[in-house]
Amino acid sequence: MRRLVAAVLMLVVVSMVTFAIFFLVPRLAGATPEDLASRYAGRTADQQQIRELTEKLGFYDPLYVQYGRFAKGLVLGADYSTGPTTEHCPAPCFGYSFITHNPVWPDLVDRMQVTLSLALGAAVIWLVGGVAVGVLSALRRGTVFDRVAMATALAGVSLPIFFTGLLSLSVFSYTLHWFPPGGSFTPFTENPATWAYDLTLPWITLAFLYAAGYARLTRAGMLETMNEDFIRTARAKGLPERTVVVTHGLRATMTPVLTLFGLDLGLLLGGAVLTESTYSLPGIGKYAIDAVTNNDLPKVLGVTMLGACFIIVANLIVDVLYAVTDPRVRLG
Amino acid sequence: MRRKGLLAAGIALALVTSGCGAVDPADGTDSVANGGVGKVHNPSDTKGGTLRMANSGDWYSLDPGDTYYGYSWDFVRFYGRALVMFDTQPGEAGTKLVPDLAETLGVPSDGAKTWTYKLKAGVKFEDGTPVTSKDVKYAVERSLDKKTFPSGPTYFGDVLDTQGYTSPYQDSDPEKLGLKAIETPDERTVVFKLKVPFSAFDYLAMQPATIPVPRAKDTGTKYKEHPVSTGPYKFETNELGKRFTLVRNDNWSAANDPHRKALPDRIEVSLNVSADDIDARLLSGDLDIDVANTGVQAATQGKVLADPAQKKYTDSAALPRLWYTHLSTSVAPFDNIHCRKAVLLAADHDSYLRAYGGDAGGEIATSIMPPQVPGAPKNDPYSFKAKKNGDVEAAKKELAECGKPGGFETNMSYRTERPKEKALAEAMQQSLGKVGIKLTLKGYPQGDYFKLYAGKPDFVKQEGLGLLAGGWQADWVDGFGFLQQIVDSRVIRATGGNNNLGVALPKVDALLDQALLETDTAKRNDLWGQIDRTVMDEALILPGVWAKVLLYRPAHLKNIYVNEGLGGYYDFVQIGVK
Repeated sequence: MRRLVAAVLMLVVVSMVTFAIFFLVPRLAGATPEDLASRYAGRTADQQQIRELTEKLGFYDPLYVQYGRFAKGLVLGADYSTGPTTEHCPAPCFGYSFITHNPVWPDLVDRMQVTLSLALGAAVIWLVGGVAVGVLSALRRGTVFDRVAMATALAGVSLPIFFTGLLSLSVFSYTLHWFPPGGSFTPFTENPATWAYDLTLPWITLAFLYAAGYARLTRAGMLETMNEDFIRTARAKGLPERTVVVTHGLRATMTPVLTLFGLDLGLLLGGAVLTESTYSLPGIGKYAIDAVTNNDLPKVLGVTMLGACFIIVANLIVDVLYAVTDPRVRLG
Repeated sequence: MRRKGLLAAGIALALVTSGCGAVDPADGTDSVANGGVGKVHNPSDTKGGTLRMANSGDWYSLDPGDTYYGYSWDFVRFYGRALVMFDTQPGEAGTKLVPDLAETLGVPSDGAKTWTYKLKAGVKFEDGTPVTSKDVKYAVERSLDKKTFPSGPTYFGDVLDTQGYTSPYQDSDPEKLGLKAIETPDERTVVFKLKVPFSAFDYLAMQPATIPVPRAKDTGTKYKEHPVSTGPYKFETNELGKRFTLVRNDNWSAANDPHRKALPDRIEVSLNVSADDIDARLLSGDLDIDVANTGVQAATQGKVLADPAQKKYTDSAALPRLWYTHLSTSVAPFDNIHCRKAVLLAADHDSYLRAYGGDAGGEIATSIMPPQVPGAPKNDPYSFKAKKNGDVEAAKKELAECGKPGGFETNMSYRTERPKEKALAEAMQQSLGKVGIKLTLKGYPQGDYFKLYAGKPDFVKQEGLGLLAGGWQADWVDGFGFLQQIVDSRVIRATGGNNNLGVALPKVDALLDQALLETDTAKRNDLWGQIDRTVMDEALILPGVWAKVLLYRPAHLKNIYVNEGLGGYYDFVQIGVK
C-alpha cells in the first residue's frame, strides 16, 4: 500500500516537472503566452488569430490552473470542441494534441501494442538466448565456443541499433526480400503468424543488443557461483550435474540478471526509441520523439507518464521476483 | 559526434550492401539525370497499379481547410478540386494557373476587389451529390476559423471583407452561410468581395481552402479523417499517424477534368517512416515517391551522384526557396546603407553555396526571387557571380563611406540544430573578417528561432543581432507569394513570429499596393521585379543560395516530372506505375 502511494506521488511529481519544463522554463526565459501559442499557428497567422489560439489552448491561465485542468482531465475526463460539436474525452484524458488535434490516450493505447509486441518478443529472445549462451560459456570456459560467443557479445554491445537495423533491413528486406520492409506491423489479434513474421527483424536486432550484455553478465555470475562452496557441497552430495548447474548455480546467478531485466524491460516499454525509429514502427518511442520535436505538450506528458508507470511497475515486479530466486529475501 | 559518425557509416554500409544497380528499368527505357526537369520522363497513359508513397513525418492534416505544407497542396489534388490549379505541365508552363473546379480563371471587377468564378457543370462529390457554389463558400468560411483550424494559411481572412465573421460554427444563419464577403447568386456562381484590391486573387483561389466541403459531412477537426472527395481518388482507409489508402472515385469524371491523368488504381501512403529507410526503399524499388520532397539524405546523395548507374534516376529540382542573411537596420552600424553594402560585397558567395551543399544544394543567388518566379530580376547588381569569393576592395570603400574604415563588431544569429546554417555563419565570419568586420556567432534553437529570437524585433535589437541567417520558401510560385511575407513592413509584429525580419521601406510597401491593383499579369510581374531590386539596392538582404533538392525517381515510374508551379515537387496526380 505504501509503495502504491509512493508510486502515485512519483507520477504526480513527474507530470509536474514535465509541465514546468514546457511552461515555466520558457516563461522564465521571457516568452509570453502568445509566443508559446504561436508555435501551433500557421506561419502567416496575425496577432488576433494568435490571441484566439492562446485563449483556446488556455495559456493565459496561471500555471497551476493549467495543471489543475490537466489533472482533472486525467481523473474525470474533459470536453473539447471539434468546431461544429463538442466531444467528451473520457478519463484518463491526457488532452488533445496541440498540432494534430487528436486525443492522446487512444493514440497511446494504439501504439502501446506495437511497443509491447516489440519489447516482449525481443525480451524473450534475449533473456533465453543471453542466459543460455552465458551459462554455456561459463561451463566451457576458454573453449572456442566461449571465445566466439564472447566476441559476438562484444559486437552486440558495441554496435548501435541504427547500424544493425539498417544493415538488416538492407540485406534481408530490400536485397534478399526475406522479410517485409520497415514500418510493417500486423496486430497479434489480426494474424499471429504475420505479427511474428513482421517483427522478426526488429526482435532479433533488439535482442542482439541486449542478449550480449546478459550473456556476459550470466557468464561472469556463473563463473563466480560455480566456484562457491555450496556448489562443491552439492556435487559432493552426488547431485546430477544438471541439477547442480540449473538449480544451484543458475538460480544464484539470476538475481542480478533479473534486476537488470526488469529495468531494461520497463525502459523499453516506455519506448524503444531507436529500434522503432530505425524500423519505422509506430510505437511509443517514435511517438515520443515526434512529440518532443513538435513541442506537443499533451503528447509529451502522456508518454512521460506512461514511461514512468512502466518503470515503477517493473521495479515492483523485480522486487517480487527477488523473493522467488533468492530464498534470503522475503516479502513483507 | 561519434554517434553521427556511426550513423553515417551505418547508412553508407547499408546502402552499399543494397547493391549498386539493384534497380533495373522495368521496361528498358533510358533514364537520364534531370530527365524529369523541364520535360515529362517516360510519358505514359497506361492506367493501373498501386502508387506507393511514404512520409518521414506525420501528416498533420489532410483537411483542405487546415493544411499548409507544399507536399500536402500537391497531394490534396488527388481528392480535391480547388477553383483553379497550377497547370500540370513540366517547365515554365507549370507556373501558369488554369481553371480546375471553375470554368475559367477568376473574372475581376470593381478594380480587382470583386472576383467571380463559375463552376463547371457535372462535378460531384464521392457520394454522387452535385457540387454547388454553396459548398465552395462553406469550405472557405470554415477555413477562416483559426481556433478550429489554426495550421492553415490566413490569406482569405486577410483579404476578404469578412465584417467580423469568424466561423460557420458560430453562425446564426440556418444554412451556416452568413459570410457576406462571398455571394452565391446561383448554384454555379461564386463571388468573392474583398476589402482591398487583390490582382493575384487567382493564387488564393488555387489554395486547398476553396476545395468544396459538404456542410452535412463537416466534422470540424475530425473532417481530416475522411475529407469528402471531388477528385479522382477517395479515401478507403485512414489510420492517423500511420498510413492511409486512396482508391478510385467513381463519381469523378475525366470529361470535366482535363488536368489529371489519374493513372494508378490505388495510392498507399505510409507515415512516420524513417528518412533513411525511405531512401533505401526508393533505391531498391520498394517505394515510389518520398512525399515530403525534402530530397534524399546526405549519405544517399553522395552515393547516387557518384554512381552513374544511380545518378540517372535523379532530378535536381529548383525550389522556390532562398537561403539568405538579413541585415538589421535596428542594430548600428547597419542603420547606414554603406555598412550594409560592405557586408553584401565582402561575403564569400561560393562558401555560402558550399555551406548548403554546393551545386547539389542550389546556386548562388543574385536576387531575392529565384529565377523560376515570374518577374525575378535577371541582373546581378553586386556581381556576386563574377566575384564569387567576395569583392574586398569594393567592400572597404563602402566601409570608409560608412565611417568605419577599420571595420566593426557585430553578431550573427543562426539555428543551432542546422549544421548547414552554422557552416554558413562560420563562412560569413571568415569572409567578413577579411575587411575587419568581426562577427560573433550566436546559435538559437530552431523550433523558436522566428517566434522568440531572430523574428522578434525587441530581441534582435537588445542582443545586437546585426545579421540574421534564415531561409524563406514561398507559399506559391509568384511574386506576391514569394515577397509579401518577407518585405511588406505591415506584416511585422512586435511580439515575434515574423517572417519579415525587418524590411521596412515605404517605397516597397507602395509598390506592393500598386502590384495588387494591377490585373495585367505581365505588368504585375514587372512590379515584383522592381520590389526585389529595391530591397537589393537598399542592401537589406544578402541573398545566398537559390535552393535545389535532389529527388530520386525509381526506374519503373512513368509520366513523372517536376512541377515548377507546385514548388519543385513531382506532379503527383500525373505519375503512373504501369
